[in-house]
Amino acid sequence: MQASTQAIAHPHLDEDHHAGAGFWSKYVFSTDHKVIGIQYGFTALCFLFFGFCLMLMMRWQIAHPGEPVPLIGPWLTSLLGENMAAKGIVSPDLYNSFGAMHGTIMVFLGIVPLAFAAFGNYLVPLQIGAPDMAFPRVNMASYQAYVLGGIIMFFSFFIPGGAAQAGWTSYPPLAVAIPTDGQTFWIIGMVFLITSSLLGAVNFIATVIQLRAPGMTWMRLPFFVWAQFVTAFLLLLAFPPLEAAAIMQLMDKVAHTSFFLPTGLAVGGQLAHISGGGSPLLWQHLFWFLAHPEVYVLILPAMGIVAEIIANNTRKPLWGYKSLVYSVLTIGFLSFIVWAHHMYLTGMGTKIATFFQTTTMIISIPSVIILSCLFISLWGGAIRFNTPMLFVMAFLPMFGIGGLTGLPLGFGYSDIHLHDTYYVIAHFHYIVAPGTIFGLFAGIYYWFPKLTGRMMNEFWGKVHFWCSLIFMNLIFQPMFAQGMAGMLRRMADGGANYSQAKVPGAIGGLSAHTMGLHTYILWAAVGLALAQIPFVINLFWSINNGNKITSDNPWEATTLEWQTPTPPPHGNFATAPLVHRGPYEYSVPGKVRDFTPQNEAD
Amino acid sequence: MDIPYTIESRPDTGLYNAKVGIWLFLASEVMLFGALFSSYILLRVGAPEGYWPHGWLNIPIGTANTAVLITSSITTVMAWASCKMNQFGKFKFYHACTLCLALTFVCIKSYEYHDKLTHYSVKLADGKIADGHLIEKSKDFDLVQKTGFVVLHGHVVDLANKQGEELQKELKTIYDLRSPEGRAVEHKELKLEAAQIASMETYGPWHHAYTAIYFTLTGLHALHVIGGAIVIGFLWGPGSKLWQKDPERFTNRIEISGLFWHFVDLVWIFLFPVLYLL
Repeated sequence: MQASTQAIAHPHLDEDHHAGAGFWSKYVFSTDHKVIGIQYGFTALCFLFFGFCLMLMMRWQIAHPGEPVPLIGPWLTSLLGENMAAKGIVSPDLYNSFGAMHGTIMVFLGIVPLAFAAFGNYLVPLQIGAPDMAFPRVNMASYQAYVLGGIIMFFSFFIPGGAAQAGWTSYPPLAVAIPTDGQTFWIIGMVFLITSSLLGAVNFIATVIQLRAPGMTWMRLPFFVWAQFVTAFLLLLAFPPLEAAAIMQLMDKVAHTSFFLPTGLAVGGQLAHISGGGSPLLWQHLFWFLAHPEVYVLILPAMGIVAEIIANNTRKPLWGYKSLVYSVLTIGFLSFIVWAHHMYLTGMGTKIATFFQTTTMIISIPSVIILSCLFISLWGGAIRFNTPMLFVMAFLPMFGIGGLTGLPLGFGYSDIHLHDTYYVIAHFHYIVAPGTIFGLFAGIYYWFPKLTGRMMNEFWGKVHFWCSLIFMNLIFQPMFAQGMAGMLRRMADGGANYSQAKVPGAIGGLSAHTMGLHTYILWAAVGLALAQIPFVINLFWSINNGNKITSDNPWEATTLEWQTPTPPPHGNFATAPLVHRGPYEYSVPGKVRDFTPQNEAD
Repeated sequence: MDIPYTIESRPDTGLYNAKVGIWLFLASEVMLFGALFSSYILLRVGAPEGYWPHGWLNIPIGTANTAVLITSSITTVMAWASCKMNQFGKFKFYHACTLCLALTFVCIKSYEYHDKLTHYSVKLADGKIADGHLIEKSKDFDLVQKTGFVVLHGHVVDLANKQGEELQKELKTIYDLRSPEGRAVEHKELKLEAAQIASMETYGPWHHAYTAIYFTLTGLHALHVIGGAIVIGFLWGPGSKLWQKDPERFTNRIEISGLFWHFVDLVWIFLFPVLYLL
């Protein structure tokens, strides 16, 4: 061990266990947490790209309703059929499919697998000084269930009638009443994804509890591990209610039960042949019981990454480590009792609404504490502005915008106006896109040298950063204005039917200016797509051609993952690491170097 | 470096890895069944007065099945204790009992399902409802062609044009079989011509919110029983070779599968009163 800053002269240690193993057992059916992390990362990036493409087609459709999609229009027709995309035009049904699947793919197949499963799998065992996850084969099964779920979701585009069309929230009765099988595929896909995250969550928690290296006490865990630990608990406890709901919706779809279908439901003007007696609100409760903690599943891992990179690049300990830890635990707990703030418009009583408004405001306190700690950590630091740090520096204000714009949605009276408008879309995209995704980009640039032994290109990294930052804001900032002007989400024509151009003089009709913003957003989205090209090229090119690092610890970091050979071999550490200190001992007065690794004895 | 604490316990937590894992897994199972139980409550309180059924299930059969599962929990503990006491033969005996009891449970459950799936609710052309078990269905029975007949063992209810207390009394003859009205119903053979019948369906999940949650909850539970039995069966059969090589690891496996089995029993302990008694 003790690799730290000496030159890398390890002969390939990773040959030991896997020597002689074929391609399949080494890269596909591997039980090594690092390989599984990379598998998750690669698959999730592919799904992120796919989800992004869906969004581009939707932006085209709402900016130019009824016009064929340029370039790929003919492909759409030949792949999805005349019913869905005649003459290359995105039909309203197809638009609904794209909308539902964009949300599903980005959340369940993109961000969560990348932030939690990929980064967590690769880094958590390394950071706590463990040889692997507690249950390596369960870990492999988790990835396989994820891929299976992903394939089912992807395949559902090509069945007759296309993919699910009832939004990523799949509210019944609509979700059940749509007479195609897309929703059934969605449910079955979700069951696999839920199983995958259940297996992952059990593994993460058991690993952190059981496999911490000697001396790695709870308060010496890097903040990233804490964030992943809480995230795992959210997945463990919040997903099963959605699984229960998914089972019931599947029963509604397949066994013709009426869990979510009320008595007297009419579909297409005809009384539905159902027993009735169900409750559409039941689905919403179960769905949001998952989906609000899910919001924190999306953001906490990114906060963990941000904290690591801030401490490293300011060369200072994190300000308020304990506050951060207690805040993240508080968020984890509170996130289970705020779900109904998604449901103010369902006619709940004022007393219930007051309860959920109160908890919603309370949960913003730990979030603000975390953001404040991260901001204050910058104070007085000699900041190194490398690419990962730029993304992190942008994360802070972007997440701030996302968080603050959430407050009007947390209050019932302002939510009545803003509910289901583009304002909501802008709000949560600010959290997830320039928030979480920037955190993930930062993480990729930061840990890339540990995976490959080479750095990613700094110049193109900065190009990627600045273009992404500008275009992200150009996309989402106008949506706040559109939403406040009353533009509803999920309309295939982007609101053209409700515009003043269509109904002159109508009160509350969308103005030409509001409608015109669609065009700007479309071109900003195209710009954002182009801005990812340097990233993709940089990522793949640097694997073999980036600048070689001269040390196992190129960023001069303190946490344990940098104290391994590069890349870490099977089993990670040559000898079991002993932990002597907290995670962020940077610039300790009296030390020769400005960082002291956790496993360095006094 | 090998993964530590796969067999021996970690000193500060006092647990080996798999035990932490199974408890976490069971925590998520609690949330899964908890959500379904919550749904049961919501559906029940949302049902209009008189329409939530009581006494649709056979309590003696349910009690017998409860006894079967509790006994299987005892044999599971005994199997584990036998391993701990190094008595492999006794382990084999006790887990053989567990497997037989699991099979008994599934058989009894299937019988109950069969009972519900041969119980028909028939809407007659005159608006009345014939309700009872199917005895005979003529070969040419066809609802669309209006040919043939069915014979039910049951009774006919008339809910039409009834209101208030009168309606509640009539409802009790199908929805509350434990009430005086429900018990007073006389069952007889009803021959129904296809031409008389507007529509008919069994007491499957599609019949009522209660049968929906009943089939979903007990079905999911039965899947857990079958899954648990497969694991225990594996450890009893081919998996027991591990006993010769590594008895401690094998005993741990028996403990882990036993914890799961106890959880499955516990779920039934809640299911039985909720679905059968309340």
